[in-house]
Amino acid sequence: MTRVMDAPRIVTTKPLVVVRNVDKNYGSVQALRQVSALVYPGEVLGIVGESGSGKSTLLRMMNLEETPDSGSYTLDLSDVSGNLFELDRFARRMLCATRIGIVYQNPHHGLLMRHSSSGNVAERLLVAGERSFATLRAKAKSALAASEFPLERLDAPPIELSGGMQQRVQLAKAIALEPALLLLDEPTTGLDVSVQALVLDTLKRLQQERQITMVIVSHDLGVIRTVADRVMVMRRGEVVEAGLVDQIFQDPQHAYTQQLVHAKL
Amino acid sequence: MSLKSLTKPWQPMSYGFLDASAKRELRRKMLKSVAVPGCQMPYASREVPMARGWGTGGLQVSLTLLNPQLRVKVIDQGADDSVNAASIRRFLALVSGAPVTLDTLGADLIQSRHRIPEEIMREDQILVLQVPNPEPLRSVQPNMSIARQMHADADYGRMWLQLYEQIVRSGRVMQGAGYPSLVNGRHVMTPSPIPRWDVPKLNMAKHLTILSAGREKRIFAVPPYTRVKPLVFDDVPYRVEDHGGLTCSRSTAKGFFMNEIPQVDGSSTYEVSDSSYGVKTIQKRDGDAVQFGETWYNDGEMTQ
Repeated sequence: MTRVMDAPRIVTTKPLVVVRNVDKNYGSVQALRQVSALVYPGEVLGIVGESGSGKSTLLRMMNLEETPDSGSYTLDLSDVSGNLFELDRFARRMLCATRIGIVYQNPHHGLLMRHSSSGNVAERLLVAGERSFATLRAKAKSALAASEFPLERLDAPPIELSGGMQQRVQLAKAIALEPALLLLDEPTTGLDVSVQALVLDTLKRLQQERQITMVIVSHDLGVIRTVADRVMVMRRGEVVEAGLVDQIFQDPQHAYTQQLVHAKL
Repeated sequence: MSLKSLTKPWQPMSYGFLDASAKRELRRKMLKSVAVPGCQMPYASREVPMARGWGTGGLQVSLTLLNPQLRVKVIDQGADDSVNAASIRRFLALVSGAPVTLDTLGADLIQSRHRIPEEIMREDQILVLQVPNPEPLRSVQPNMSIARQMHADADYGRMWLQLYEQIVRSGRVMQGAGYPSLVNGRHVMTPSPIPRWDVPKLNMAKHLTILSAGREKRIFAVPPYTRVKPLVFDDVPYRVEDHGGLTCSRSTAKGFFMNEIPQVDGSSTYEVSDSSYGVKTIQKRDGDAVQFGETWYNDGEMTQ
């Protein structure tokens, strides 16, 4: 009697984020040249590169804050279709408000510094249409707790908080609506090493618990190595190398990547 | 035919002070604002013989609407007898020949600063409210270009956030006058600095309300039978001033919006803010034949 073994199920996963052939010029400065990127659901893509390499520009495009000169951007979501760069202002705003979260390097860009921390989180819920004060309060509290913000300071304005705390408020705001995509632009830059480690721990825990798809931009290879699954190395607006974290850090192929990795080591 | 026969006799000013093109523009903008309730329409605010900020917006609308048959009433924070109200009333009568009145029931056009009369207005009446700051988003978005985009997108999250912050900090909504209100389910407007007490009077009101800001050059309107809902959280009800139990020390009218008169001993007495209603109450007490209209509030409770 022949026993048929269960064949392993192979499931093809479609990428959640597809960015194709994006070009962006600022006058005579070419910020992005034919940049393409894929991010799979639940994955963390790290983007590294020197200052001016175009990594933050790419992130702002993923947050639909800027429109490229050419190229396309799609998200594999049931209620979103087509090239997102072609959406009008209102559709972009609603998509970013509900499906994409972002943590900026400078908390002043992402937070209302004189409003309460819970209010900052509640703002995102309000844009999405939540109109119950009790629910707003509960959800803001829950998001802040998830980002390990001390709840006794729930209503303190971010301007009275430390840099690390402000980043946690930004993070709570970004995850409050359980976004499909979380974008992080140098989230730990300017924080001291111990606070950096705490923020990164929170990020890793959130990613593991909630399987959030993330794109993190940093010039700090240590940060990328800690949280990312795959890495994309950018230089002068181009992607020079991309691959798994171990592959890039242990066996860099491109001369610039080798220089980066060895400089770090 | 001579040139003289074709020429109109010289007049010191146009009828109703404003020239014909100014009135035509104002009428067009009023029609637009009625067509899109609560949406601010820009207009070229003219000079009138009064400083900006003293009701020039309301005055221009009144001058445009007036004719010798319309009876006009002017109130300032509920009072017909304040200097500003009396001056505007006299000016309107002077330049248009329109009769004036102090009685809400007898007026066809009521220009008001910061109050809506206590007696329910009819379909054939027009209320013109003077507006100092027409932009409800100004406190949350100082950039007016962005504020216009926010109106276009019905992006009012920041308005709600303002209320959220007030509740978090003070335990209740602290917005006193000019409570932001959603008109016809679309545009958020500031109903001019009327007290919270007056905002429910605008909801499904029979009369036309035109709000005009002369300094800021904006007109908006609440047409008759239009929904006007103050912004409130589902679980935090809208509250008006707690004046239901107060009695007017002069007229003994009770259950209306009151002015607080502080006394030397630290206590307060109260007078009904709508002076016309107060005077009528006194006249009735003295045995005069006075006609009262239905009031929006009865013993401090909305009747409709």
